[in-house]
Amino acid sequence: MPVTTLDGHEVHVDEEGFLTDLSEWDDELAGVLAAQIGLTLTDEHRAILAFLRTDYAERGETATLRRASAGSGVPVKDLFRLFPQKPAKKMAYVAGLPKPVGCV
Amino acid sequence: MSTTEPAAAVVPKFDDDEGSGRTLAIICSKGNLDMAYPGLILANAALGEGVQTHLFFTFWGLDIITKARMADLKFTMLGNTATHMPQGLGGLPGMTAMATSKMKKSIAELDVPEVPEFLDQIVGSGGHLWACRLSADMNHLTTADLLEDVEGIISASDFIEKTEGAQLLFI
Repeated sequence: MPVTTLDGHEVHVDEEGFLTDLSEWDDELAGVLAAQIGLTLTDEHRAILAFLRTDYAERGETATLRRASAGSGVPVKDLFRLFPQKPAKKMAYVAGLPKPVGCV
Repeated sequence: MSTTEPAAAVVPKFDDDEGSGRTLAIICSKGNLDMAYPGLILANAALGEGVQTHLFFTFWGLDIITKARMADLKFTMLGNTATHMPQGLGGLPGMTAMATSKMKKSIAELDVPEVPEFLDQIVGSGGHLWACRLSADMNHLTTADLLEDVEGIISASDFIEKTEGAQLLFI
């Protein structure tokens, strides 16, 4: 697995750039990851990231968009506003989780 | 302190700019439960990838967005050899109801929503729903009979016009 340096943080990533070591993630790194894809994190973003991290710890797989919406209580429309265009993948990236594999 | 040459940062390419130009048009012409899902799943997937998506509900597909029908689409074994069951069984009383309930259960187990909720998600994701004018007229349906999120009852030519340059799926 390659190691990459993002704004002074050294992290393990897969070929695409998604983090592969859960323990390397923290709130500060979330801000760094978000900046890589042009996002500035707000409390709204952080609440969703917190849900994704907890959910992943319980289920061992990244929540899909539907699950993220149902679980965090944030409507799908707002997920698109907060993480534009490709919310499921962008949320996973910023949360330091693998890409979601579910279809729905 | 030693310094090393920083390698280029590895960051996923979400191709926001490239994705923004892509449009998908999905024509849903069937009203069976098992034929409703492919269109909805593909629409949802496309929207999640930043692809502008339009769905056109025509003929039996109109059931998917008709308020009185959308939560009650059915699945039948009849005429469907892929169930690998004797075709005669499918015609017995109660078999369609049983097959439908079994399919709904399998779908729910995969955390896939029922049709009305799925449409909500598609609309929430920015998808566009259109009803076919001819099919609505044939069934004497007006906008009042259809899901509120349907943007309009339009002709086939209108739909073709709205989806100029789109990739198209007929289901």
